[in-house]
Amino acid sequence: MNLLQKRLLSQSPILLAMAGVLIIFALLPFFIPRWGIFLLTVAWAKAILVLGIVFLLWGGLVSFGHGLYFAAGAYAAGFGVRVLGIHEGLVLVALGIAAGGGLACLVGLLLARYRGIFFALLNMAFSMVLYAILLKFYRVTGGTDGISISPPTLAGFMPPPEALRLVHYYFTLGLGILSLYGANRFSVSPLGYTLKAIRNNEVRVEYMGASVRKAIYITYILSGILGGLSGVLTAFAIGHVVPEYSYWTQSAEFVFVAILGGTGSTFAPLAGSIVFEFVRNYAFKLSPYTWQLSLGTVLLLIILFLPGGLWSLSKPFSRRWTKWTLHSNR
Amino acid sequence: MKILTIIFVDGIVFASWLFLVSVGLTFIYGVLRILNVAHGSLYALGGYMGASMVLYYLQTGATPYLTYFVLLGAALFIGIVAGSLIETIFLRRVYHREEEVQLLLTFSLFLILEDVIKLVWGVSPYFADKPYALLGQMRLGGIIYAQYVFLLPGIALASGAIIWGIINRTRFGKIIISVTTDREICTSLGVNVPRVRTFAFIIGAILATLGGAFTAPMTALVPGIGVEVIVLAFAVVAIGGMGSVGGAVLGSLLVGLARAAAIHLFPELDLFTIYLVMSLVLLFRPQGLFGEVEVRRI
Repeated sequence: MNLLQKRLLSQSPILLAMAGVLIIFALLPFFIPRWGIFLLTVAWAKAILVLGIVFLLWGGLVSFGHGLYFAAGAYAAGFGVRVLGIHEGLVLVALGIAAGGGLACLVGLLLARYRGIFFALLNMAFSMVLYAILLKFYRVTGGTDGISISPPTLAGFMPPPEALRLVHYYFTLGLGILSLYGANRFSVSPLGYTLKAIRNNEVRVEYMGASVRKAIYITYILSGILGGLSGVLTAFAIGHVVPEYSYWTQSAEFVFVAILGGTGSTFAPLAGSIVFEFVRNYAFKLSPYTWQLSLGTVLLLIILFLPGGLWSLSKPFSRRWTKWTLHSNR
Repeated sequence: MKILTIIFVDGIVFASWLFLVSVGLTFIYGVLRILNVAHGSLYALGGYMGASMVLYYLQTGATPYLTYFVLLGAALFIGIVAGSLIETIFLRRVYHREEEVQLLLTFSLFLILEDVIKLVWGVSPYFADKPYALLGQMRLGGIIYAQYVFLLPGIALASGAIIWGIINRTRFGKIIISVTTDREICTSLGVNVPRVRTFAFIIGAILATLGGAFTAPMTALVPGIGVEVIVLAFAVVAIGGMGSVGGAVLGSLLVGLARAAAIHLFPELDLFTIYLVMSLVLLFRPQGLFGEVEVRRI
């Protein structure tokens, strides 16, 4: 057996699961109504950012301000269309990633020094600064009206209006699957393990010769990149960007989804995000004024009684899955 | 010269308000080692409670000069009720958990309280400006000031002095200090640690509701004032050093004067000055001006 085969074999449970997810979600649009496709697109797009939040959670860091990168990506796409006149989706995606990643490079320089509450609330402060900027410089940013984004071409191809939603869905699904796979590789990379070790004991990690600050800085940039990507994809799906993307409630939602899904697996953010979008859709219908109340209550219950999130409910099942895939390969 | 006076007066008034909203936050952190994100909601609760109590009281047709005591009573009442409920039902369960879990818990309380406030008091602005109008106006350096705003420095000074007195001059204060330093030894010496924590949290909560109640007559109460307060209060506390009451004084003076200066000299920079001051301080002293360097455990 050569090296490549061995590596593929060691990855087989995750590759199989990946393929399963891809097939299920690729076929799903044929079984659900049109509005469901839209919700799924948004759920996938936001799950990408939540992956970044989960990375940080592995290192014991909570960010109450990742709406910053979400808004940076979304507005990068908005300005790309309005100011630069770019109408190619792939270029806009690159622009959003650059905006999120670039901003994270700068902000991360300061924030990689902080832990715990300082990290959480300084993030929140930065996102509120961006919110204030987006709101106040309304000549450039459109203020509370935001910027509307006309549907971009994808790789030079302009989707017909009646299939627009479906094309956006598959575009988001493709990039989402890529991010999910990347996140999975990250979780078993040396950096991923360093992060988990940092959460357990930062000083010991330093004694072993790893740079904690560098690990956190790189992770922070990754989370910014994912945030930018997520912002662009959401902007495409909704067709409009508003300053609220950078408001603290938006960031709170991301943290909420991360905790709801759990940090036990890279698939958990996706599960959390989908449950969240659909539940929100119904909760808004039932009682629009108590939305935050229900959010807070569920968050409270999860923290107190289900620390592993929704994903921990599937633990007995996933253990069997790993065993089964390993056996069938032997 | 005139503008300097105005900046100074405005700065002091704003600093007093900042001190009122942030001293409770830093006090709770100092004793419980928990950053109470729901502090802003407690402030909002105090404001709404004070305003509705004043309106109710004025309906009875009694002398309006007692409204100040009504505000005080409302703040004490809601502070004690909300404070004791939050501490005994929720916070108590997470003292032994990780810091991020504690943060998320107070954060979810914050989400819940924001909506509870909307449910109870509605979403339209709430006015109760009788105590504000009652004191009349005065001229200072050619500018007309409502005399009510000068009540704020007084209240800030009084609550600061009371907090200082409690910590440094009473038996309870000594117990608080020892619980902060070493919980286990305190327990073995017979101190009822859970009760001390509850009282400490209630004191912090009352400070927040006091700030809210006495600000209520000056502004219209709208949903969302809670988040503004927690962000500002955190900035002040981070500058001064977490858990230090003296730091809160210095932090609020710095931020208050800087913001007043910005409003009069460069109005566009209003919000940014606060974060500018905070970033500058934290760049050179990450633990804040009066903060202690945390000992890292191996």
